[in-house]
Amino acid sequence: MSRLVSAVASRLVIIVPYVWLLFFFLVPFLIVFKISLSDLAISMPPYTPALDGLRDFFARLGEFDFENFKLLMCDLLGYIGVGGGLCDSGFAADFYKRPYLSVAYISSLKIAFVATILTLLVGYPIAYGMARAPQSLRTMLLMLVILPFWTSFLIRVYAWIGILKPEGLLNQFLFMLGLIDDPLIIMNTNTAVYIGIVYSYLPFMVLPLYATLEKMDYSLIEAAQDLGCPPLSAFWKITFPLSLPGVVAGCLLVFIPAVGEFVIPDLLGGSRTLMIGKTLWSEFFNNRDWPLASAVAIILLLILVVPIMFFQRAQARAQA
Amino acid sequence: MKSLGSIRRSFAPWADPDAVPYIRVENITKKFGDFVAVNDLSLDIYEREFFALLGASGCGKTTLLRMLAGFEEPTSGRILLDGQDLSGIPPYRRPVNMMFQSYALFPHMTVEANIAFGLKQDRMPRDQIAARVGEMLKLVKLEQFAQRKPHQLSGGQRQRVALARSLAKRPKVLLLDEPLGALDKKLREETQFELTDLQQQLGLTFVVVTHDQEEAMTMADRIAILDKGEVMQVATPAEVYEAPASRFVAEFVGSINMFEGSLQKDKAGNTRIARSDGSMIYTGSADDVRAGDNVWYAIRPEKIGISSRQPENGIANALAGEVYDIAYLGDMTIYHVKLDSGQVVKAAMLNSARLFEDPLTWDDRAWITFAPDAGVVLTR
Ligand SMILES: Nc1ncnc2c1ncn2[C@@H]1O[C@H](COP(=O)(O)OP(=O)(O)OP(=O)(O)O)[C@@H](O)[C@H]1O
Ligand SMILES: [Mg+2]
Repeated sequence: MSRLVSAVASRLVIIVPYVWLLFFFLVPFLIVFKISLSDLAISMPPYTPALDGLRDFFARLGEFDFENFKLLMCDLLGYIGVGGGLCDSGFAADFYKRPYLSVAYISSLKIAFVATILTLLVGYPIAYGMARAPQSLRTMLLMLVILPFWTSFLIRVYAWIGILKPEGLLNQFLFMLGLIDDPLIIMNTNTAVYIGIVYSYLPFMVLPLYATLEKMDYSLIEAAQDLGCPPLSAFWKITFPLSLPGVVAGCLLVFIPAVGEFVIPDLLGGSRTLMIGKTLWSEFFNNRDWPLASAVAIILLLILVVPIMFFQRAQARAQA
Repeated sequence: MKSLGSIRRSFAPWADPDAVPYIRVENITKKFGDFVAVNDLSLDIYEREFFALLGASGCGKTTLLRMLAGFEEPTSGRILLDGQDLSGIPPYRRPVNMMFQSYALFPHMTVEANIAFGLKQDRMPRDQIAARVGEMLKLVKLEQFAQRKPHQLSGGQRQRVALARSLAKRPKVLLLDEPLGALDKKLREETQFELTDLQQQLGLTFVVVTHDQEEAMTMADRIAILDKGEVMQVATPAEVYEAPASRFVAEFVGSINMFEGSLQKDKAGNTRIARSDGSMIYTGSADDVRAGDNVWYAIRPEKIGISSRQPENGIANALAGEVYDIAYLGDMTIYHVKLDSGQVVKAAMLNSARLFEDPLTWDDRAWITFAPDAGVVLTR
């Protein structure tokens, strides 16, 4: 009897995270997917339902409206400039002639990529220094890395406006040192977005890097040096390859949320900073085209699933 | 004590006053904060010598080796290698290689790449590297494991890879930190002989750290016995065993009996030790000790005879007691005899000899006998 209870209990423990995923990931995803298949309508909510209930689902399987995905595809075709007999008429032609969604996707990926590399360049030395610090200092350093999380993300990004704006702290400081005569224009440029992303996502880079570097056996470096390898070369031949799982984990933890980032480009970036998160926002709330915005979100998800799967593979391999 | 160091060759440069040591450790001290790990230590090691550092855990063996390899700078003193002062020379420029206590194999490289690592650092041509790696793999009998990663090897195989890697560069001096520590007894004994063979074959100088005295005895030309960062004695295995310089060394290496007393000369000019219970122990000549000094007479169990019959007169040292304990070791038996003075003395007898002797059992009255020069007189 009690064995039965414990068997059920252990099942339950496994079931809980699945139920969580079902309700807070899969169901919202399906709702968004459903919206992406419906038509725009001037109503509340601003779309006609694509289906109601399961019975409907089978009844109307044939008449789903893939219009929005077609628009997205025409947008992409227009962007790469290949022929589109499909995209000759109506809305599709607008997207085909003036593609802006693809531009935003590509620009997001580019900004996220550059920002990830920058975060790696800043984060690696920090993680390395932490891992080599005396044992007694490490906990405190770790706390310092996590400390910014105690303040609202939004407030921290706002604070950067005060630093980066033309009459902001940075310019005042450089001016005082006599390094510049005219203020640097950083605010409302891509540079400001990079700074914002590097700053905000640094802990996500540092923590996994620190975890792998701290685990590493320092006698390996000594062995390399003993065999005639100078310290810098020993870093590239031993330390770096062994920290690769941490590098991959850190980069994905930064890259994935950075692609869809909305707050940072909205607050720090200029009108010419194109990121898909911003586009998504304006489709949802300015144009109130929920179906199209949902389709954009679904495609974004698909784009990100690829690196996530890569991440999973790398993790599995690191554990094997 | 089973082995007394195989007498492999007539090799004794330390006995030659003209020989120049290859490694000179001069008055080295190493402090970690206030803690003195190595204290004013000096050693001379000769070319092609197999030199062992023997001592209890924490006595500074690894620290000394790390200073030779260049991972620690001495607080004071200096190390000369082939006449060159090594101070300030980083590990990657020293013609010395080390085999680590933990092996420290590179986990992301194959066995082959591990062995080739040091050769690539020297920019050796590719074909020569391949040839040397092949040679090394053959030497440690790991040819069929060349493409494996370290985590796919057994402990003994890993140890051999570490050895091959540290040997690949043909260093002038190879430092080995407990090279056989992780192996089981049988594999360890096999590998001991492989190591000594290798060392002679390649004509290298080995400095081996161990806390296993039997291992040091088997492999080394000379042994340095360390205690608390200081050298207690440097000598061949036979000398260390037969003529220990101090009670510490005598007790550290093998098992021994100690008789304490004050040194005297009798009327006939024989040297003897007067014990507090009034008994006398005759010793070999001890010219460098003054009469009246407090000394210890140290004698190994196998140098003591034991019998149930009282020996005839004329035997210099005969002490009576009771058999207190008997330990059967297969090849020999150790008798623990409680003397009338209360002291327990160990006497070993080979079992091949015991068969013909009268059988002694627990609580039997027994006499132990030994010749004056069977033991040594120690002053400290
Ligand atoms: N980096 C260090 N900082 C402080 N103390 C140290 C350091 N390295 C070694 N010691 C101390 O120096 C002493 C000698 O250490 P060492 O590692 O040389 O011992 P060992 O003889 O190799 O011992 P074992 O046989 O256990 O390996 C020890 O008491 C150790 O605690
Ligand atoms: Mg040690």
